[in-house]
Amino acid sequence: MFVSYKWLQDYVDLSGMTATTLSDKITKSGIEVEGVEKKSEGLKGVVIGHVLEREQHPNADKLNKCLVDVGGESPVQIICGAPNVDKGQKVAVATVGAVLPGNFKIKKAKLRGEESNGMICSLQELGIESRLIAKDYATGIFVFPNDVEVGQDALEALGLDDEVLELGLTPNRSDCLSMLGVAYEVGAILGREVKWPEINKVESAEKATDFIQVKVEASEDNPLYVAKVIKNVKIAPSPLWMQTRLMAAGIRPHNNVVDITNYILLEYGQPLHAFDYDRLGSKELVIRKAHAAEKITTLDDGERDLSSDHLVITNGSEPVAIAGVMGGANSEVQDDTTTVIIEAAYFAGTVVRKASKDHALRSESSARFEKGVDPNRVREAGERAAQLISQYAGGTVLEGSVEVDTLTIEPAVISITLEKINKLLGTSMTVSEVESIFTRLQFGVSVDNETFTVTVPTRRGDITIEADLVEEAARMYGYDNIPTTLPTGTVTPGHLTDYQQKRRKARRTLEGAGLYQAITYSLTSKNKAAQYALDARESVALAMPMSEERSQLRLSIIPQLLEVVKYNNARQLDSLALYEIGSVFLKQDGEQLPEEREHVAGAITGLWELNQWQGEKKPVDFYVAKGVLEALFDTLGLTEQIDYRQSEKEGMHPGRTADVLLNGDVIGFVGQVHPTVQKELDLKETYVFELSFKAMAEAAVEPIQYSAIPRFPSITRDIALVVDTTTVAGDIQKIIAEAGGKLLKEVSVFDLYEGERMEPGKKSLAYSLKYFDPERTLTDEDVTKAHEKVLAAVKEKAGAELRG
Amino acid sequence: MQERLQELQEEALQKVAEASELKELNDIRVAYLGKKGPITEVLRGMGKLSAEERPKMGALVNVVREEIATKIEEKQKVLEEAAVNAKLAVEKIDVTLPGRPVNKGNHHPLTRVIEEVEDLFIGMGYTVAEGPEVETDFYNFEALNLPKSHPARDMQDSFYITEETLMRTHTSPVQARTMEKHKGQGPVKIICPGKVYRRDNDDATHSHQFMQIEGLVIDENISMSDLKGTLEVFAKQVFGKEREIRLRPSFFPFTEPSVEIDISCKICGGKGCSVCKGTGWIEVLGGGIVHPNVLEMAGFDSKKYSGFAFGIGVERIAMLKYGVDDIRHFYTNDVRFLTQFNRHES
Repeated sequence: MFVSYKWLQDYVDLSGMTATTLSDKITKSGIEVEGVEKKSEGLKGVVIGHVLEREQHPNADKLNKCLVDVGGESPVQIICGAPNVDKGQKVAVATVGAVLPGNFKIKKAKLRGEESNGMICSLQELGIESRLIAKDYATGIFVFPNDVEVGQDALEALGLDDEVLELGLTPNRSDCLSMLGVAYEVGAILGREVKWPEINKVESAEKATDFIQVKVEASEDNPLYVAKVIKNVKIAPSPLWMQTRLMAAGIRPHNNVVDITNYILLEYGQPLHAFDYDRLGSKELVIRKAHAAEKITTLDDGERDLSSDHLVITNGSEPVAIAGVMGGANSEVQDDTTTVIIEAAYFAGTVVRKASKDHALRSESSARFEKGVDPNRVREAGERAAQLISQYAGGTVLEGSVEVDTLTIEPAVISITLEKINKLLGTSMTVSEVESIFTRLQFGVSVDNETFTVTVPTRRGDITIEADLVEEAARMYGYDNIPTTLPTGTVTPGHLTDYQQKRRKARRTLEGAGLYQAITYSLTSKNKAAQYALDARESVALAMPMSEERSQLRLSIIPQLLEVVKYNNARQLDSLALYEIGSVFLKQDGEQLPEEREHVAGAITGLWELNQWQGEKKPVDFYVAKGVLEALFDTLGLTEQIDYRQSEKEGMHPGRTADVLLNGDVIGFVGQVHPTVQKELDLKETYVFELSFKAMAEAAVEPIQYSAIPRFPSITRDIALVVDTTTVAGDIQKIIAEAGGKLLKEVSVFDLYEGERMEPGKKSLAYSLKYFDPERTLTDEDVTKAHEKVLAAVKEKAGAELRG
Repeated sequence: MQERLQELQEEALQKVAEASELKELNDIRVAYLGKKGPITEVLRGMGKLSAEERPKMGALVNVVREEIATKIEEKQKVLEEAAVNAKLAVEKIDVTLPGRPVNKGNHHPLTRVIEEVEDLFIGMGYTVAEGPEVETDFYNFEALNLPKSHPARDMQDSFYITEETLMRTHTSPVQARTMEKHKGQGPVKIICPGKVYRRDNDDATHSHQFMQIEGLVIDENISMSDLKGTLEVFAKQVFGKEREIRLRPSFFPFTEPSVEIDISCKICGGKGCSVCKGTGWIEVLGGGIVHPNVLEMAGFDSKKYSGFAFGIGVERIAMLKYGVDDIRHFYTNDVRFLTQFNRHES
């Protein structure tokens, strides 16, 4: 809402204030003033001039040579390019020495050989937005009405000696979508009276009811309809002061009748509509829900398909307006209109919102109806409009109005105790402080033993319960005056859940291993949503995505991380190690919400170790990625429960990918991105992993139990085994661990050899076996016995021979 | 004999003094003090002496031997030290060359902010509550006093999935779910961090996905002054001890009264600068007293219980704290951005 500081003074005394100090006070008490615009900023030296003579410029077709009286000793010659300039006009003249917006200084000039002593201005040149300028002056200079005084400050005449406050209204404060509403707010803040506009009813003997009948067939959506009839109207421009006020509020002037309805909309917050009585085509207005397949052409020349969700005003047979949203072209007020019907009505917010949304028509009118207008201002707004039309459009107001009134809105009466207010705010206000706040707000209030009974005027439809009154008290009392305390009462232990602690530990382990945390978008394209998914489930799609790129919820994180790798690679950042912990979304049959499962994923590429000056470089390989996971499993106490199994997965290198199993269930995978995919995305060799973090975090973990530090030495034996190249190291390791018995404490692989010194189809794997007994020093015989079992087992189960 | 000994001593000491290597010194030791050395020979010749002279002579031999041995030992120390120094000189390296790099990752800056806030509130007795990012219309709106026709729904245009489900537009549904779990029994003290989604075009100040932390306290005597005090603790912890807070009235459907909370500008200290647009204050939080409808809908008796709630934009905090000028940086994951947040700051 744009509030003209000058206009506001019609309703509330602002002496002792400036626009800025008032803005601060308004902001502090609850409505944010988002800006104060000084209309005359950058403007100087513009006066009203009278064009005494105009003739064609001798050397230029499109220029006019004008002799203009600017109130000086003698008239001055000004060359003007505007097509509409003419003799006898009163115009805005930027005289020599004037400054226009953009620090444009007016100097004496010669145009095509003719002297020019100033500039006749259009409104755009005076800093007014084009969209606010009446159509007549959209492409030329502005012409003042004849009664302005020559030599007078043109900025004053145009209302540009004003400041405009831009209020950022929250949806509950629609009462301030009107000058009067703002006046009440300001009046409460300053403790000053609100002056209402005076309405002098002058009506003819003819009765409005003889001209028009009103029938409401949807009284729930339209509980109050008031029609006023004004005859003998002369359509013309509205008075300049009204035009300037409309422009300050952001509304373009049209003609006196339309401007007056808009003026009342701004003044009272009550949207009005004017119909041309003679174009109505009947003598009745019927308000009803539209029929299916009914159509209307609205004022903006758009043809609108109506449905039974929409409330329409009809002439008995066809729609002439969409209620509260926009009028129809068929009954529009035009230059030749002589009799108008002014509609002042109360339309329900829901029905207006529906129509405004369906037709994508958001108007000043619909915005106010949607949020609720003051039911007690409807009638008065209609009366004031009728009176202004008679005053400024020469019309005769017919006696009375035609009404249908089924409205039953009573002011809210709310009781609240002083204790409740103080308890909820932590304050110690007194009865009289609170009472004075309600009085300043012009709420009805009576006090009985520290209980306030407050009657809330209908203009404040946002106040319905105790808490609303507490807020009014708080904002008028001042939040700065509320003390600062901390909650007392029941002591609660603060902690992270086991799951949350595991997540933090996982992060720290991955980061300690050198990975940076990334956070990517959950929304992705249909194509990417399912890539690298752990479960072949359907992805969840948005009903109305903003783009295909962000239309589905991800089933996996890897595609997002690969995008990040691609982005960084394209910027010469080749060595990357990233991880993300975040949710993926899996559609569940028969469930309203998808399953959200937290995954941990990573992408590593480039060099893992780089020690440049020592000439050491180690590129990332499968075992780097796997090592990171092993560290993660170790931190979470899962090492014993994890297995790896060679795997083939779409988009992954078939020979360099492993499924990760937790207690036998696949919870994810690790491996190299398939070279074809790498090429497509322009990536270098990249290793990725993605695991269900949820599964990891939910796996049971043993409590830590100390085991004694060995007091006896251990014995280590190394063996090199010749096995088939297809045999995997993990299997041999398991066979050894099982066969070694109690004494075998550790098995680790320390060499792999495949090459020309081996028989074809064979390879050598070397293991180091550590034997140890916590109770005694082992003898060679003990170890040999165990070791032979091991050798027998690997031979029997894996055909492994000791390497000679 | 005595003279012979003197001679030997002088000769030996001379050689010791001249010796420049450890091996040479060892040779001298063997030559003079060894079993086949001249001094031993002198000892052997003592048999010819009288019984009176013999001990005197013996003593003299010992003095000479000791003198030579001591000098050898001294010289040996000198030579050894020289040898060590020579070795060390050869081993000298350029200590200004860089060390062997240790791989080191870190939190995303948003996680950094979230964990800092979590830890602060855990210290004050809060637990961390989490919930789904795809929500029902009920928990996202209706349970928070935003019925279907509520005009405030315009404030947050949402990504709907079906008529009844959507990407949550705030983490408040977690509050609604937590309250419901408490079955009308206080106290509730939670903070809810998480991702939220709104229908915005991504630009320098908007992101269709962003993060929030909301807090909720419900107990028997919770007041606006408690909210003010709690947020003051928050502001000082996250933005520095000198920060002050200011409450401004505002509107949220789920709180009444509602406030917006400004923090005194860190850049200019409240004098007014470009970051705070000359006001000296920066808006960082919204909050208020939990609306009685929200309490009642979750099964709390609004006559007995009251509560406060607040919400923080994590990106906003991070942007202010670290001077980040474009919200998209948080989701682009440029490593040149991520690696800037890998150290402690006080």
